[in-house]
Amino acid sequence: MSALLELEGVTRRFGGLRAVSNVTLAVPVGEVVGLIGPNGAGKTTLVNVITGVHPASEGTVRFAGADITRLKPYQAARRGIARTFQIVQPFSGLSVLENVAAAAMFAGGAAYGDAANDEAMQHLRFVGLGEVANKSAASLTLAMRKRLEFAKGLAMRPKLLLLDEVNAGLNLNEVEAALELIRAIAARGVTVLIIEHLMKVVLSLCSRIVVLHHGELIAAGAPQAIIEDPRVIEAYLGRRYSRAQAGSNG
Amino acid sequence: MKRDATGAAVLFALVALLPLAGEAYWMRLGTIVLMYGVLAMSWNFIGGMAGYPSFAVAAFFGLGAYTGAVAQKFGLPMGVAWAGAGLMAMIFAALLGLALLRLRGHYFAIASLVVAEVLRELVNAATDLTGGGMGLNLPIPAMASIDAQARFFFYAMFGLAALTFAATLVTTYSKLGFGLRCIQQNEAAADMLGVDTTFYKVSGFVLSGVFVGMAGAVYASWVYYIEPPDVFDVLFSVKAIVMVLLGGAGSVFGPLIGAALFLGLEELVWRNYLEVHTGVLGLMIVVLVLFLPKGLLSLSRRFGRWRPLA
Repeated sequence: MSALLELEGVTRRFGGLRAVSNVTLAVPVGEVVGLIGPNGAGKTTLVNVITGVHPASEGTVRFAGADITRLKPYQAARRGIARTFQIVQPFSGLSVLENVAAAAMFAGGAAYGDAANDEAMQHLRFVGLGEVANKSAASLTLAMRKRLEFAKGLAMRPKLLLLDEVNAGLNLNEVEAALELIRAIAARGVTVLIIEHLMKVVLSLCSRIVVLHHGELIAAGAPQAIIEDPRVIEAYLGRRYSRAQAGSNG
Repeated sequence: MKRDATGAAVLFALVALLPLAGEAYWMRLGTIVLMYGVLAMSWNFIGGMAGYPSFAVAAFFGLGAYTGAVAQKFGLPMGVAWAGAGLMAMIFAALLGLALLRLRGHYFAIASLVVAEVLRELVNAATDLTGGGMGLNLPIPAMASIDAQARFFFYAMFGLAALTFAATLVTTYSKLGFGLRCIQQNEAAADMLGVDTTFYKVSGFVLSGVFVGMAGAVYASWVYYIEPPDVFDVLFSVKAIVMVLLGGAGSVFGPLIGAALFLGLEELVWRNYLEVHTGVLGLMIVVLVLFLPKGLLSLSRRFGRWRPLA
């Protein structure tokens, strides 16, 4: 098991606040790893540290064996780290196709013009947006915008895909569809790090889970071990969940 | 792109025929509209495509004018002086861009506005080189007649406008133009998608400077006397912006159409309302921008007939 992404003693401070504190973790190649934690635990900040939006104050981030701690976002993107945003950010003045073509061109290395457009079209069909390729990105529904984020992520030809709450705001059917999509992406050999609040999603997708609380890594391991870990239950899942667990077992 | 290029070729061919009209007034007007066109098309690179509201046009214009003038003062041929002015504006824009393009929105606008003032003070102070506040005389071009001279500068400005337009066309249909559009839409997201935003923005800023610098140098040779308040006039920046907004920001033909329209209005109003002409002009611009915020070209899109931008 070799690690695609390794964080070692990563700390990110904003003034006096330690949003992420001394986090060490490894994401193995080809796995789907869940990153969970209560609101304000530092999950998104950790993604921002990895992608270079807010570089680590201390510690190192290694990706595919190279130190990427100080890389800028566009450099990280070109190395194969794609992310989706918690709040979707399409270029609303461009068409759906152009949005994905931009990703293919600037991060994926596709040539300007037909090459990028053709590749973008493939990804749009894959996520089920082939029909709306020429519409304005602003006209899409929230669920479609989330799919657009997937298509953009794929067009970047990523080794690692960081999914930041891609299911927030979706209804149950839409979540099911998104789950299928994430599985299909993982089946292509893309390593996935997913931030998620829905435990159902995390438990059904992830082979490993890491838990952040107040910026610190409090647990990491297999899903079953995580949901039985008392610190996790206390910090994140709460007493009600543990009572329900006890109820369903007995 | 082919349709745009064909349309432009026809347009430029028509403009090139203007000297046949022969009248000095039309020659002068033609030269000015081409110069305005260069300023507007240049601003479009950074303001229209990338969405950075630059007020640096006056700075590039004055810098180019003085670079060309000083070069000619030291005996360099006119063509070399113009090229040197372009080069100077290019280097200046690259360095300035690296510093200023970290700012966004109003902050960038204000910072770019101050640049012309700083350069004007520097030129004022460097009396030995530039003549300071007394201005600078250029060698009067040795030409057969006043008419020949007028025609020469008309075609010089024409060539520069054609060059600027070609750069606009190439940029619009290339990765650079696409990247600038992404930055205009959402810079943080563009960064995440692998757009080297600093490089793209600086490239756009350099494009917005180089042709303006050359236009300044051609202008200096044309009027053969320049002084700091004349060539570092903030109105150059304002006019370029207004022209682009009139025509349609970010588009290929918008800046040219805006330049022609603006000069037309300016002449018309100036002739008919001599005493209040700036006021009337301002009012008309406000009305136009208010009712056509995306410029005149948006009319053609709204009615869906003529689609030069498709």
